[in-house]
Amino acid sequence: MSGRVLVGVKRVIDYAVKIRVKPDHTGVVTDGVKHSMNPFCEIAVEEAVKLKEKKLIKEVVAVSCGPQQVQETIRTALAMGADRGIHVEVSGKDYETLGPLQVSKILAALAKKEQADLIILGKQAIDDDCNQTGQMTAALLDWPQGTFASEVTLDADKLKVVREIDGGLETIKIKLPAVVTADLRLNTPRYATLPNIMKAKKKKIANVKPADLGVDVSSRLEVLKVDEPPQRQAGVKVETVDDLVGKLKEAGRI
Amino acid sequence: MFPACRYSLQARRCISALKAVQVEHVAPQVYSTRCSSSTVPRITTHYTVYPRDKDPRWEGVEMERFVDEADVVIVGGGPAGLSAAIRLKQLANQHEKELRVCVVEKASQIGAHTLSGACLEPSALSELIPDWKERGAPLNTPVTEDKFAILTEKYRIPVPILPGLPMNNHGNYLVRLGHFVRWLGEQAEELGVELYPGYAAAEVLFHEDGSVKGIATNDVGIAKDGSPKDVFERGMELHAKVTLFGEGCHGHLAKQLYKQFNLRENCEPQTYAIGLKELWVIDEKKWRPGRAEHSVGWPLNRNTYGGSFLYHLNEGEPLVALGFVVGLDYTNPYLSPFREFQRWKHHPSIMSTLEGGNRIAYGARALNEGGFQSIPKLTFPGGMLIGCSPGFMNVPKIKGTHTAMKSGMLAAESAFSKITDGNLQSETAGVYIPEYEEAFKKSWIWKELYSVRNIRPSFHNYFGLYGGMVYTGIFYWILRGKEPWTLKHNGLDSASLKPAKDCTPIEYPKPDGKISFDLLSSVALSGTNHEHDQPPHLTLKDDSVPVAQNLTVYDGPEQRFCPAGVYEYVPVETGDGMRLQINAQNCVHCKTCDIKDPSQNINWVVPEGSGGPAYNGM
Repeated sequence: MSGRVLVGVKRVIDYAVKIRVKPDHTGVVTDGVKHSMNPFCEIAVEEAVKLKEKKLIKEVVAVSCGPQQVQETIRTALAMGADRGIHVEVSGKDYETLGPLQVSKILAALAKKEQADLIILGKQAIDDDCNQTGQMTAALLDWPQGTFASEVTLDADKLKVVREIDGGLETIKIKLPAVVTADLRLNTPRYATLPNIMKAKKKKIANVKPADLGVDVSSRLEVLKVDEPPQRQAGVKVETVDDLVGKLKEAGRI
Repeated sequence: MFPACRYSLQARRCISALKAVQVEHVAPQVYSTRCSSSTVPRITTHYTVYPRDKDPRWEGVEMERFVDEADVVIVGGGPAGLSAAIRLKQLANQHEKELRVCVVEKASQIGAHTLSGACLEPSALSELIPDWKERGAPLNTPVTEDKFAILTEKYRIPVPILPGLPMNNHGNYLVRLGHFVRWLGEQAEELGVELYPGYAAAEVLFHEDGSVKGIATNDVGIAKDGSPKDVFERGMELHAKVTLFGEGCHGHLAKQLYKQFNLRENCEPQTYAIGLKELWVIDEKKWRPGRAEHSVGWPLNRNTYGGSFLYHLNEGEPLVALGFVVGLDYTNPYLSPFREFQRWKHHPSIMSTLEGGNRIAYGARALNEGGFQSIPKLTFPGGMLIGCSPGFMNVPKIKGTHTAMKSGMLAAESAFSKITDGNLQSETAGVYIPEYEEAFKKSWIWKELYSVRNIRPSFHNYFGLYGGMVYTGIFYWILRGKEPWTLKHNGLDSASLKPAKDCTPIEYPKPDGKISFDLLSSVALSGTNHEHDQPPHLTLKDDSVPVAQNLTVYDGPEQRFCPAGVYEYVPVETGDGMRLQINAQNCVHCKTCDIKDPSQNINWVVPEGSGGPAYNGM
């Protein structure tokens, strides 16, 4: 047991910013737009740091895939308590088409390389809402997975995970090494305060290319068009049930 | 024709003091209700109003702060702050000296809280970074056409811009100031400046001898009711030999410093305006890159100062930056600057440009208009004021960026020699640098502001706008501001509102959703957000004054002058009456409420860092 935890963090457009579709409909405008760490990734980092503070694990490594700017996101993770960072350089067209399958291949390769015991990810990213990376990573590594975690308890090499599911809460026990994805109620992330940001500047961020890990980041998906959701039409108020039936018949619904 | 110069400064001070006393007289009557929380719902929970050392919830909480030392700390990463930082590092490299320069900025990224027209005069930039073009400064749109007009409800009367008039923009650039500031930040980082966006300077620290020691950044993790959360952490202290305050127009720390060091005893109070701005992607056929249009007149009446701008930018797509400025000395409490802006867009000459276009951004900010007469003392032991914070805007030119940058550079130059002098014997622990003020008085900023000093005050006459234009034509264009007199401003902006009963409500048209819009959808476009579980940063000295004073006498003008819908008077849940609801999350940090509140009861303090608007190239 190396006692090493890998945490994946993603740099996404801040949740409060209004998204604008590019004039050529190939994507959304990202240049100059405020970005921040995916909220679920913040929760994942917080959980890893909490485990380290409880002395249940030894080292937290923050990983992010993307262009130069993702280093800011890794620094925030370092300021929250991660020990070192790994920046997997993906830029340009490759970055635009980067999706869960390629990221999970990268994370699987890194997990093997770093001999990680545990991978903690956010359950999904707020820009694509895929909710796939954690699950795919576990499958590629053939590791057990505890997804939608709202509580994680580590005991030697066993992990008790309470999962938030549609019917309520499900408690499972899985053996390390494993993949956990964080849900909203897992914890409240701490702030990255200024003294910690200053200290984080001294922590190491290693640069790696996907090719070095033997991963091909080309995508099997092609985005044809990106559009805004259609404007919501105003509703029509009716006075009586007969009116309602009449209007529905008019619209050809019944 | 110019009554403003009839009153002596003392007399006008008496009048404004009298008005202030009249407001304060209300306070004793409602003081008793402050103790009984049942009558007045508690609004303010911030520790600047309710200190934590007396608060039982804070007993035992670790309040020690991490301390770090720098040579110079700069509050505010805007044009002034970044120019100062760049100049300091340039001098340090030139003289081969080590200098630690730290910039703290409350926005999450450099440029995210920057909002301006903007038409940039590149004079200061060329002095600071002569090879700005090679370095890729985003000055992509030289002004090719200057248009000025007086608007009436239906018509547009063009006014020729003769060379020599302050509004002539030959040689200037239309820029997206947020992007320019971002570029300045990159230049600063290359030179080794430590930039810390996302951390607000919340407190000024003082040495025992009263000089400025530095600043402390904001605490995090305080709940909405003022109690500590689990994630509570103290801000850190940054100590410096000298601290530069470049918070922009009406900075909250500068407000404290004016009182602490009596910096405003020999100048007039600052006067302000609010500027609202939108970015539109328009129909390509209507796009004229390089055209700068300005207008005055409709929809404002001749006694309300204000006007509009519309700049066609040349940045790839057919983008226009347009906006509306209203002087905050307006008298009618029913006036809503936001709705005047939306109404103005419906003028036929403006609508023709916007039709078929798409609005992509919105924001607002107060700007200073006091000019020469309102410049305070700029330097005090341990600190200096730079940029729009003390206020160097050339009002008729509507440009303040070049003077802000130059002031930052002058401050840097004056500070550098003094703080790197190994044999410096400073009287105070924080270094006092009067050389800055001397250099400032010898600079072109001083000459420029002196020459246009009478244009804004000349509007205070019976003919309002038209009297002002005549004055400008005669005395500026012909005499270049050499007339021997200096006109006075009209006193505090907060004292100018007339009671609501003496004014008529203004009928504003409903927004049509295509050219004009409602307030909330506009605020959403600013991208503003704050951690919701924190004490509201719009603090009230007395929670009972809004309903007792502002609503009763002035019909709640804060509902109308706030460009982000922060202030709302809503009926109380049980019984009769209204209460003030503060939607602090909407705040776009424009500072208008702190300026215009007739009771001067609102004190804007800085919220948790990285909250606020997310402007992109505004």
